Amino acid sequence: MRLSYPTNVKIIKVPCTGRVDIILILKAFENGADGACLVGCLEGDCHYLVGNMRARKRVEYLKHILDECGIGGERVAMYNLSSAEGQHFAEVAREMTDKIRNLGPSPAKQTAVRKI
Amino acid sequence: MIVANRKPFEEIIAMLKPYSKILLLGCNECVTVCATGGSKEVAVLASEVRLYRQKESKPVEIKEVTLERNCDPEYLESLKPFIHDYEVVMSMACGCGIQFVGEHYRDRLVLPAINTTFEGVTEEHGVWAERCQGCGNCVLDRTLGICPVTRCAKSIFNGPCGGSQGGKCEVDKDLPCAWQLIVDRHKEMNMMDKYLEIQPMKDWSTSRDGGPRKRVREDLKI
Amino acid sequence: MSTQSNLERVLKSGAFAVTSECGPPRGADPEVVKKKGGYLNGYADCINVTDNQTSVVRMSSFSACLVLKGMGLDPVMQMVCRDRNRIAIQSDILGAAALGINNLLCLSGDHQKFGDHPMAKNVFDIDSIQLIQTVKQMRDDGKFISGEEVKGKPNIFIGCAENPFADPFEIRALRLAKKAAAGAQFVQTQCVFNVEKFEKWMEMVRDLGVHEKIYILAGITPMKSIGMARYMKNSVPGMDVPEEQIERLKGVPKEKVAEEGIKIAVETIERVKAIKGVAGVHIMAIEWEDRVPEIVKAAGLYPRP
Repeated sequence: MRLSYPTNVKIIKVPCTGRVDIILILKAFENGADGACLVGCLEGDCHYLVGNMRARKRVEYLKHILDECGIGGERVAMYNLSSAEGQHFAEVAREMTDKIRNLGPSPAKQTAVRKI
Repeated sequence: MIVANRKPFEEIIAMLKPYSKILLLGCNECVTVCATGGSKEVAVLASEVRLYRQKESKPVEIKEVTLERNCDPEYLESLKPFIHDYEVVMSMACGCGIQFVGEHYRDRLVLPAINTTFEGVTEEHGVWAERCQGCGNCVLDRTLGICPVTRCAKSIFNGPCGGSQGGKCEVDKDLPCAWQLIVDRHKEMNMMDKYLEIQPMKDWSTSRDGGPRKRVREDLKI
Repeated sequence: MSTQSNLERVLKSGAFAVTSECGPPRGADPEVVKKKGGYLNGYADCINVTDNQTSVVRMSSFSACLVLKGMGLDPVMQMVCRDRNRIAIQSDILGAAALGINNLLCLSGDHQKFGDHPMAKNVFDIDSIQLIQTVKQMRDDGKFISGEEVKGKPNIFIGCAENPFADPFEIRALRLAKKAAAGAQFVQTQCVFNVEKFEKWMEMVRDLGVHEKIYILAGITPMKSIGMARYMKNSVPGMDVPEEQIERLKGVPKEKVAEEGIKIAVETIERVKAIKGVAGVHIMAIEWEDRVPEIVKAAGLYPRP
């Protein structure tokens, strides 16, 4: 659709959000990510039936883990969209970017400027 | 299997405070089945600790190793080449494994990352529940397959007590009353007359109360 | 063979027995026990002293029983299996008998989770039925659990508790049969509010012939307030409080609620007295011992034989 969304959003494609293991997202934070979001199919429309439901539960668990180690569970989120919702995707990307920008860089980044 | 829970993060981080080179051990058996200390959980904990310590500007190096078992000496051998490169070992294996590593590598402190809780079964995916306390003197033939020592909060042998309500234990409304289960079993198998038999007192000397236990098979000793 | 128990004497004479209970204090002051004993003196054949009830630490049943004994009363020592192993149990049985305590109520004990020390280790070395067997064996056979000789047998009237309102309902009469077979001589039931259910339980008990093997005392508790009634209905394990009794309490003006509670208790006594196989009542007026005399009088059970 040639809509624009912030350039800081890096897309990693997976066959289903159910494939995402929380360690992948934790590694992303270790490697300097400030936030992560999973974008999965609308509930009830999962091609693999319940992959997106599993992903949602894992994201909830991951939030708890990120809170535990001080990174902050707010930095991860899950959204449900259909692949036809290009406009919505762009909004999600912008919304997530704004949220993370407000939170500031991930506390795990040693070179980060902490004060905003 | 042996079931355990990971310790609260604050406890783990407090134990690891003085160290910057850590060996994090997992186990491929029981703690993997109950999703507490297998290779996945080792990876997640290592990541969490690294993130936390990066945040605190006190970076840490963690080597993640998951052994097949921590309770047999053959598997612990594989740690020899590198265990001394690390200041401390933190183990996500059960209490047996934690202690055994320390016995084999006497100059290494082995810290527990988990709280070993019980011997149990997988009731459903993601739910594990206690079934056996290793009393050393099994009475399951007398109670038609339901353990009164473990599943009754008061280890009653002639139950139920007066606190059984709606098939649930007074201790926790989600816990089934073991004696309700036992009585139901007696009914299902048409053995209610057996229920009237007074079960004798338990000999606790075969359990933990008698002191730490050991089993020996002379024919297997090399 | 008889013991020195006053309760045994009354029950054997065929008279309708009355027992009551006092809860010891959460401190070392014996005056509290003496005061409660004073209220109950002359209105009960025997007075129970609870044993760290609901797992809350209180002065021990053993010691409070001695305070009551010192006043000329006949105490019932309660013993739970939660806090003592078989060594301490047998030791306390000998001690109690040595100091003239004639009655022992054998109980499992509420789980320590309910009390003020939920972190404590629990014991439960033996259960309440095995405890009954222990007292009987020491008294009648002169033998400890180990089989060795007891030099100086404890002569104790053995009691137990049963809850007709707990589940599974169908085996509650069977469980009482087991306790009678083990050697229990009298049973005090959990407090009766639902008389219909109690009548059903008594029917099952009579069908098994158990009412002829053990003296059955129905538990009676007067309700002080609507709050207490609700609490007992919702938060105490094994209690069955019919909604209509709560409605009765709600139906009177606030100052009259306690009176109504006492009235209900007296009516309950009259109803259970009429049930075949009931040998007496056990009045548990928790922190309200001073009202027991009027209940006993109103039920026509005063003076005591």
